[in-house]
Amino acid sequence: MRGATHAKWAACAAAVALAATACGGGGSSDSGGGDGSAVLSASWGDPQNPLEPANTNEVQGGKVLDMVFRGLKRYDPKTGKAEDMLADKIETTDSQNFTVTVKSGWKFSNGEAVTAKSFVDAWNYGASLKNNQKNAYFFGYIEGYDKVHPDSGSQSATTLTGLKVTGTDTFTIKLTQKFSTFPDTLGYAAYSPLPSTFFSDHAAWLKKPVGNGPYTISSYTKGSQMKLVKWDGYTGTDKAQNGGVTLKVYTDNNTAYTDLMAGNLDLVDDIPASQLKNVKSDLGDRYINTPAGIIQTLAFPYYDKNWNKSGSEKVRQGLSMAINRDQITTTIFQKTRTPATDWTSPVLGTEGGFQDGLCGDSCTYNPTEAKKLVEEGGGLPGGQVKITYNADTGSHKEWVDAVCNSINNALGNDKACVGNPVGTFADFRNQIGQHKMTGPFRAGWQMDYPLIQNFLQPLYYTNASSNDGQWSNKDFDKLVDQANAETDTSKAIKLFQQAEGVVRDNMAAIPLWYQNGSAGYSERLSNVALNPFSVPVYNEIKAG
Amino acid sequence: MGRYVVRRLLQMIPVFIGATLLIFLMVNVMGDPVAGLCGERQCDPATAAQLKREFGLDKPVWQQYLTYMGNVFTGDFGTAFNGQKVTELMATAFPVTIRLTIVAIVFEVVIGITLGVLTGLKRGRPVDTTVLLLTLVVISVPTFVTGLLLQLLLGVEWGWIKPSVSPEATFSELIVPGLVLASVSLAYVTRLTRTSIAENRRSDYVRTAVAKGLPRHRVIIRHLLRNSLIPVVTFIGTDIGALMGGAIVTERIFNIHGVGYQLYQGIVRQNTQTVVGFVTVLVLVFLIANLLVDLLYAVLDPRIRYA
Repeated sequence: MRGATHAKWAACAAAVALAATACGGGGSSDSGGGDGSAVLSASWGDPQNPLEPANTNEVQGGKVLDMVFRGLKRYDPKTGKAEDMLADKIETTDSQNFTVTVKSGWKFSNGEAVTAKSFVDAWNYGASLKNNQKNAYFFGYIEGYDKVHPDSGSQSATTLTGLKVTGTDTFTIKLTQKFSTFPDTLGYAAYSPLPSTFFSDHAAWLKKPVGNGPYTISSYTKGSQMKLVKWDGYTGTDKAQNGGVTLKVYTDNNTAYTDLMAGNLDLVDDIPASQLKNVKSDLGDRYINTPAGIIQTLAFPYYDKNWNKSGSEKVRQGLSMAINRDQITTTIFQKTRTPATDWTSPVLGTEGGFQDGLCGDSCTYNPTEAKKLVEEGGGLPGGQVKITYNADTGSHKEWVDAVCNSINNALGNDKACVGNPVGTFADFRNQIGQHKMTGPFRAGWQMDYPLIQNFLQPLYYTNASSNDGQWSNKDFDKLVDQANAETDTSKAIKLFQQAEGVVRDNMAAIPLWYQNGSAGYSERLSNVALNPFSVPVYNEIKAG
Repeated sequence: MGRYVVRRLLQMIPVFIGATLLIFLMVNVMGDPVAGLCGERQCDPATAAQLKREFGLDKPVWQQYLTYMGNVFTGDFGTAFNGQKVTELMATAFPVTIRLTIVAIVFEVVIGITLGVLTGLKRGRPVDTTVLLLTLVVISVPTFVTGLLLQLLLGVEWGWIKPSVSPEATFSELIVPGLVLASVSLAYVTRLTRTSIAENRRSDYVRTAVAKGLPRHRVIIRHLLRNSLIPVVTFIGTDIGALMGGAIVTERIFNIHGVGYQLYQGIVRQNTQTVVGFVTVLVLVFLIANLLVDLLYAVLDPRIRYA
């Protein structure tokens, strides 16, 4: 018991050291009681980009925007449905021209009124190439985008011609094509309104962002913590149920979990993989594991002839059947993933287009059929598949190895599948961007908004923004175009599902599993839930 | 002496240039950092091109390096991808890591040298054997095991400390992380001091001092220890740089937002400016610490003189 001896010795030394300086620590308990004034602390990660609505494309920055901003629409934290927030009404007759009426009486936390201009200015800023906003493509459907944000060269306009302020509270949007579900996309944070101080004193705004949401930022130390307090002047119906949230940056989610166990932190929204085995006994009911709008797939390089010849869809189907999804999600992910049976996500609900079992037999583990299909399809290109992934984050190695094991066992060949790690995420993206993939590669899709359109069009439409494998299919494109032109939402969803059928028949990408959001919280909190984006619904949390 | 210092300072220049150039090349070999900035999707080509232009990534590496070095001499270390100045990151990270290093060095000096003297004087006795065994254990257990174990026991089980360090990272919060960081070096300091003391105990000048009738503590501190410290000082001096750059494991475990954390983020996000900037400063720390060690020799042993 070398470890034990050591621990005792080290603990004694530490005890001596501590005795000399009056042990630090002691609970920082807020004596707020149940009156909604208590402040809670939550784990956070350092946002990758400056905190601007149109520049934030990852969860950590998104958390803050969700607390500080409210847009025209908001996705219901439970159902994911887009509901009017600041929008009084959004009207259209042709699915291409929209008239937006903004509710009056809303204010930014600095007192400025939220008007139609707050939206139009913010969107023009977001779309403009010179501002380097990483979510600029969200405005790509609006007329004039190609002038404001050309693919190359410099921009010839600073504002979108498709946006016109027609009154204090009204503005019109003109799109370049019919897009019936466009209003439902407006709940995304990139479409948030911005106060005039954002444009007049940008540097100061970035130090301490000002928005129109239920919280205001009271202090922000970049890289370590952000203190948000309830904003009493908030006029929305979803007022904060607690006094504020302190977001603490953790270098490692293990430390955040340890802090939760020690009573030093109230909310952790990323349970470390190594703790998943203990989390139920540690936290009991205070562990949340709910579906999020994230699907993981294996994409293929269709620019490589080997993967784009007749019969190769059989190879892909065979590979899909060779993966034992149930076993992998249970043993490696401790059921924080659900085996995928379609190409969308359960958070859409059946009404929203999720179809349980759409993939059918192709996503069911069947080693004998798998082997047969791969052989019928002409065998694995080059006799071996290499699954490429980035090894720096997200513990992808474990599941890629497991998937390969499963494939090797099914095909009865030790060398049928190997993992191909890439050092960093940037390099991984780099190789994908340069079309250097020679076999399947890891693809993860986190939805921007809970619409079936968002799970299909950006990923599988010809030359779409995230169609990394360069898959192209005329039938699919046609169905998507039809769906976007369809004014009746339920008919549009039907068409999208037909398009998804094309994806299935060609096995454009192998669906692996839906990812859940997982969180744990302290005894002080109640009413904790994760929204479909796997972000905690902070404003509804009660702290006692 | 003055000439010696000047010569040493001049020697720093090629080392400094070589080290930064190497780091610059290594980070650049990893590919285009802008590719990872847009998450799981491809950045749109126009934005990617503009970001590259803004960070100067569209130029050849040698030109990037020259511009970078030119800027460094004016105190401009560039901008990290999240829009913060690298100097700003340094201003928050270095004080924290310096405090952590000070705590660690104090532990090394106080505990390490005391135990070393104790065991060196009582060679072969039970105290000596016990301490030797303990240092062996400390050296063989990796830092992250020590760190996680202490964090679990003191932080969660017994509740004596907070398992993580607050953004302010005060000295009292850094005691346990400092001890963890120091542990391995501490064991080496103990062993070095012990050997050195045991050797010098039999030397002529100690015998002379004892024969003169000097009190025991004076013999030990003024004569024996002072002469035995040279290898120890060498070790501690080089350890300063190693502790500052190598605290990454300890900083991660205890959530300390210091140099290790920033370097880690810089590497994961492939942020050339951050990585090169921090490494540049660390190289300087190494060089200066080594210079100080060499100068200390003369203080400890007046026979050592520099031309």
